Amino acid sequence: MAGLQIRNVEKVYGNKFKAVHGISLDVKDGEFMVLVGPSGCAKSTLLRMIAGLETITAGEISIGERVVNNLVPGKRGIAMVFQNYALYPHMKVFKNLSFGMRLQRRPRAEIESGIGHVSRLLEIEELLDRLPKQLSGGQAQRVAVGRAIIKKPEVFLFDEPLSNLDAKLRAAMRVRLTSLHKQLKQEGLSSTVVYVTHDQVEAMTMGDRICVMKDGRIMQVADPVTLYDRPENTFVAGFIGTPEMNLFSARLHKGASGASLEIGKQRMALDPSVMARLTLGDAGEVTAGIRPQHIAPAAAGASNTLEGRVSHVEFMGHEIYLHVVIADNAFIVVTQSAGFDRAKASEGAMHFTVAQDALHLFDPVSGKNISLGS
Amino acid sequence: MGGDSKFLGLLYISPYVIGLLVFTAIPFVYSFYLSFTDYPLMTAPVWVGLDNYLELFTSDRTFRKSLSVTLVYVFTTVPLKLVFALFIAVILNYRLKMINFFRTAYYVPSILGGSVAVAVLWRYIFAKAGVVNMALGFFGMDPINWFGDPNYALFIITLLRVWQFGSAMIIFLAALQSVDKSLYESAAIDGANKWQTFRSITLPLITPVIFFNLIMQTVQAFQEFNGPYIITNGTGSPLKSTYLLPLYIYDEAFKKFDMGYASAIAWVMFFIIMVLTLVAFWSSRRWVYYAGDKRS
Repeated sequence: MAGLQIRNVEKVYGNKFKAVHGISLDVKDGEFMVLVGPSGCAKSTLLRMIAGLETITAGEISIGERVVNNLVPGKRGIAMVFQNYALYPHMKVFKNLSFGMRLQRRPRAEIESGIGHVSRLLEIEELLDRLPKQLSGGQAQRVAVGRAIIKKPEVFLFDEPLSNLDAKLRAAMRVRLTSLHKQLKQEGLSSTVVYVTHDQVEAMTMGDRICVMKDGRIMQVADPVTLYDRPENTFVAGFIGTPEMNLFSARLHKGASGASLEIGKQRMALDPSVMARLTLGDAGEVTAGIRPQHIAPAAAGASNTLEGRVSHVEFMGHEIYLHVVIADNAFIVVTQSAGFDRAKASEGAMHFTVAQDALHLFDPVSGKNISLGS
Repeated sequence: MGGDSKFLGLLYISPYVIGLLVFTAIPFVYSFYLSFTDYPLMTAPVWVGLDNYLELFTSDRTFRKSLSVTLVYVFTTVPLKLVFALFIAVILNYRLKMINFFRTAYYVPSILGGSVAVAVLWRYIFAKAGVVNMALGFFGMDPINWFGDPNYALFIITLLRVWQFGSAMIIFLAALQSVDKSLYESAAIDGANKWQTFRSITLPLITPVIFFNLIMQTVQAFQEFNGPYIITNGTGSPLKSTYLLPLYIYDEAFKKFDMGYASAIAWVMFFIIMVLTLVAFWSSRRWVYYAGDKRS
């Protein structure tokens, strides 16, 4: 049972390229931590540094109070599931699972009971006598997870383990891995997980906490709800949530009669509650953000609306995505398809109401959220 | 495909087909026929049935000596060369500074190797007053008569060929580079050290190439001619200790002009190579791993 501490870790490659910029992160014992970010954000590099597959240029990584910087991967108390599974192609599943234990010369009875337990847990009992090339993607995935579990590591490392699966299987494996994590926890086994993905849906659905990364830096670490509701900067705001949050330039006005937001030639009065949340800045340029779910076609006769032209309507089944241009800014508006009048939308101009409790304002230079309150 | 383009296609491959027929297939079949004849080159071949083979297997002591020398040579040269080639390939597989220079440098002996010049060079290196004996003298050891002592002479020829490990090495190197890096990482996480990784991951995954090199090197070793011919002036001395089968075939064919007998020896050699190859293929099911094969 152990957590993971990362202290000011840096990675500089031989060609002076700095991939990781002084990252610090604490993963609690038993926590499912997801590292997420676009490709090139160094999330995999960080994971491989934890595993010992990449050297650490500066800083310190400890697993359960033990600094592991100079330990070989096999001595770090970690297990890793690779994107391509990395099953040994010439060994049958049984040997793949037992390889690590056989290297440690564990007694045969222990190996067999370990494999029995893991293969029941992952329903791979039927596969023990097969070679990896005789497995489907999902089966190979389960064997790879089994090979990690059988080691009883202190920390599990997953490197985009689902990205080679098709969408349907991916969804099923998401649920399976999450429930497996719970089960290991209940059995009192070590279940600290660091899970790398570029897929924010995986991050949101699986992580106890999510670490959003960009260009070798941490953008925000929080639980999924906090990330969604209270993004600390424009990057997190835009990265988390589907469709993306609408981000647009606006001008904040403060007057005797109250505050307002100027978007192009349009102006929207702001609730006092929004102003109360503002932590920084006065009137002036801001980047405003509103999720597509928090802006809606205005009811007839509503006031304080924004006017936009619908350029495109996407029918998604339960929902409809409206592509709208409001004061030269492209917006997406998600609305319920039930009762939506498509003919009216295609006529062009429509009015929209913004849910102001979900409106975010960001510093246009630093990108920091200045509307999170204190 | 129309008639014209069919003709054109045949035309394009004709140099190879003609070459194969004239220089390989026809001589191949013809030598089989000759092995049942008495053919002193100057007169027409005379059919003698199995006489040549009977003589080979019953009364020819030179053949027995030559065959045993050849088998010793093949069974020492091939394993040594494969191990050496693999060893160098593993080293050259590391990402070191100037690695491309070293890869080229280690391949050079194989380019020169087939040439007569290297065999001549070898003769000087291991001559009585050669470099090797000078080195031995430096350490206060007596000079060795490398080519005069039946215990050493064949070994010197083995060394000459082992030194030309380049082509086998290049093939090993390509195989080593094709092993998926994540398997090494996975093994490292499983706690395997360098040797365990090599033994449990690398070696099994390159078995197809080990197998390929084994067959090719075995066939080549049986056909060794240049080395012993040049070094011993074609005598296979001392005491026939380097008298490999190809030397014997050469002597029978072009010194004694007994083409029929030479053909019979050649066909026995062919048969031995074929049997060894079949044994290798049969055994390969137990030790060669093929990635594309779906059977377990």
